[in-house]
Amino acid sequence: MIYVNGEPVQTPGRPTIRDVLVERGIDPETAGIAVAVDAEVARRGVWPTRTLDDGARVEIVRAVQGG
Amino acid sequence: MSTAPLRIAGRTFTSRLLLGTGGFTRMESLGDAIDASRTELVTVAMRRIDASAPGSLLDVIRDRGADVLPNTAGCFTARDAVLTAQLAREALGTDWVKLEVIGDERTLLPDATELLVAAEQLVDDGFVVLPYTSDDPVLARRLEDVGCAAVMPLGSPIGSGQGIANPANLTLIVEAAGVPVILDAGVGTASDAALAMELGCDAVLCASAISRATDPVAMSHALRHAVLAGVLARDAGRIPRRTHARASSPLAGMPEFAE
Repeated sequence: MIYVNGEPVQTPGRPTIRDVLVERGIDPETAGIAVAVDAEVARRGVWPTRTLDDGARVEIVRAVQGG
Repeated sequence: MSTAPLRIAGRTFTSRLLLGTGGFTRMESLGDAIDASRTELVTVAMRRIDASAPGSLLDVIRDRGADVLPNTAGCFTARDAVLTAQLAREALGTDWVKLEVIGDERTLLPDATELLVAAEQLVDDGFVVLPYTSDDPVLARRLEDVGCAAVMPLGSPIGSGQGIANPANLTLIVEAAGVPVILDAGVGTASDAALAMELGCDAVLCASAISRATDPVAMSHALRHAVLAGVLARDAGRIPRRTHARASSPLAGMPEFAE
């Protein structure tokens, strides 16, 4: 089990960040998005290889209207 | 008639009006307001992605020729604000950030101590930090001391439209600042923005004043001209305030009429 944007997600094995994005219907090539894992930024370059441990907390963000 | 350009962290801006994107109900209206304002810097917030939401915000901003300035709105701790700025840098490819660390949900006033901690960490991490701060001249100086590229004191609480509640403090901030002073928060209408510039501010940021106006595009025009009018008036040198009247017509040469 990992948490993606606050929601618990059942995952087989240890998915990569890229796997999580694709699973949620987000094209990993999308410009303007960023990912944090356990309160640290995961740079775009590591998305295909960085695997997520059980209990990992993933936040996927993008720009919205504000300020 | 032109005015001197605004310089922040080595970048030059023709416009002295920054636009916030919060509160616009239509993307088309936001685009037209950007055009009408002539702004070159437009703020955005960072939030969880919603795959169902349209993703055109960045396109709208960039298509109108403006740059994106991410903020850390909604953060209540230095830790969250720093991480949000780092995510914005990763997502948007800019190391500029409008730093907000809020201390109170009801007033949305800044948390001074968390703000200063976050500002110092982000400066050390290579960011160009533009902090949203209270109208406290000492805090503004401390933010400049840790390396902020500008200071953004509030006129009054965010979205309140109360204008500049403490012009004396704002004047003290302007007098002491070695970095640009950008009035942030509280502007309700054109006269508030003009006053900010007359008091010596270098720029004004408007969001709700425009986005929540009955006609946002018309208000965007108005704010653009107000900022320009304010800076022109300041540079022109206003007359001193006097207690009593001072005739503008000559006293000599008055005709004397028959009884």
